[in-house]
Amino acid sequence: MNPVILEHYKHPRRHGALAAPTVRRRDVNPFCGDEVTIDLLLANGRIEDAGFDGRGCSLSLAAASILLDNVTGRPIDAVRRMSSDDMLALLDMEIGPIRRKCALLPFSVLQACLAEEKNGHE
Amino acid sequence: MKTTTLDRAAALRADFPILARKIGGRRLVYLDNGATSQKPEPVIRTLDDYYRFHNANVHRGAHTLSEEATTLYEQARLHIARFINAPSDTQVIYTSGTTESINLVANTWGRANLGPGDEVLITEMEHHSNIVPWHILRDQLGFTLRYVPVTDDGLLDEDALDDLLTERTKLFSFIHVSNVLGTVNPAAELTARAHAVGAKVLIDGAQSVPHMPVDVQALDADFLVFSGHKMCGPTGIGVLYGKRELLEAMPPFKGGGEMIRDVKMSGSTWADLPHKFEAGTPPIAQAIGLGAAVEYLTGIGMAWVHEHEQELLAYAYPRLGEIEGLRILGPGPTRRSGLISFILDDVHPHDLAAVLDQAGVAVRAGHHCAQPLHDRFGISASARASFYLYNTPEEVDILCAALEKAQDIFAF
Repeated sequence: MNPVILEHYKHPRRHGALAAPTVRRRDVNPFCGDEVTIDLLLANGRIEDAGFDGRGCSLSLAAASILLDNVTGRPIDAVRRMSSDDMLALLDMEIGPIRRKCALLPFSVLQACLAEEKNGHE
Repeated sequence: MKTTTLDRAAALRADFPILARKIGGRRLVYLDNGATSQKPEPVIRTLDDYYRFHNANVHRGAHTLSEEATTLYEQARLHIARFINAPSDTQVIYTSGTTESINLVANTWGRANLGPGDEVLITEMEHHSNIVPWHILRDQLGFTLRYVPVTDDGLLDEDALDDLLTERTKLFSFIHVSNVLGTVNPAAELTARAHAVGAKVLIDGAQSVPHMPVDVQALDADFLVFSGHKMCGPTGIGVLYGKRELLEAMPPFKGGGEMIRDVKMSGSTWADLPHKFEAGTPPIAQAIGLGAAVEYLTGIGMAWVHEHEQELLAYAYPRLGEIEGLRILGPGPTRRSGLISFILDDVHPHDLAAVLDQAGVAVRAGHHCAQPLHDRFGISASARASFYLYNTPEEVDILCAALEKAQDIFAF
């Protein structure tokens, strides 16, 4: 097992719901039933705070921990421009086509959060 | 455990070239047979020979190769018919697999026979392939879909059947052996009860036909469906068996070449069974390959395959049960097939599969295409070890050791 993934799985950063999130989204991985909920606090064009909850394998939950740690404090527009490959690069490990779905679940929920926020303002 | 059974399994391993593979430097312990089985040399050679020496389209042309390909294709059908004791090979329809077989019945028999006020009965332990086609059809035709509950022990609630099976029930479609719980359902008894109220019966044999003797006449099944790739055959080929009068009355499923008798500008008439349901160029090599698989299994004897898997189960069930924090899903070892699904405290099934893979052990992790069943037991996913004729007790030991290692890695 990848020690960084294991460390984030056992001691996740940004774990738990936010008290007053600007936006909250939940999604499931249809291949295994895993689910991740992400809360974002958005202000001044930035992700001011982020939290997640869910049930899943070490890869999907560690990916949430690593991703939210990375994006907190960053401009929303920059995070919106992140690609799936950027997400996989954050994990810095070899991931096969089946586990990619685990690794990308939190990323897709995060992007859905930001899309919802954008639609809400337009 | 009888040494004769084990010696035979050990000898049979030599027939499966892939079992010599190493995974990350370790011997492959293949325990994902419920998903697909490995292929023996005679099947691989049959496919190779077909493409090398006999390849042509079937039932078309009058050249030597076409005659040879057609003969092989139809001989395979005969072997398969004998394998399930079908009264005639014309009642063996080639499909792409169990899923297509069920969709065929839903879209032909179902469309002709189901409407508002009618009921289709399935069970809580069905694979998605025996749920979703009925969801789609129900939304179009307006019949009611009902489910036989599953008990906490992982058995069908047979008491509930009295209320669920009524004169409104037009079809009872159930899984013979659960791909998650391993439960062996009493198919002949269930079929008799359905017939008593006038319902037709479809038996999903995807997890039974590869592992035990299955006799469609003894079961009195109206339809039996199964897949080739789970029983030593190639992917892309499966079977729909049906009673003659039902198949004859059913309209075609797909239109195209091969399935017609006569085509005019004004309309078409259909070919006789089984070709009425085999539109277009069929999976020829795959059908011939399945024929070879069935010959291979017949040579070994399905009674032996079943006995061997039961012996492995009798060995594995208590061994797994000894692992602290491991919970086995489904019934005790006497009413189940040779597969065991389980959850392990603090280790997600995906993580478990990943750690086992590092030990060379291949198992399935996820909801096994049976989400309603996992919901029933309040879990999102499980891990499954499923045996076949080539597995050995040593492999069970390797599995158990790897499970304990996974617990160490993920302990909080």
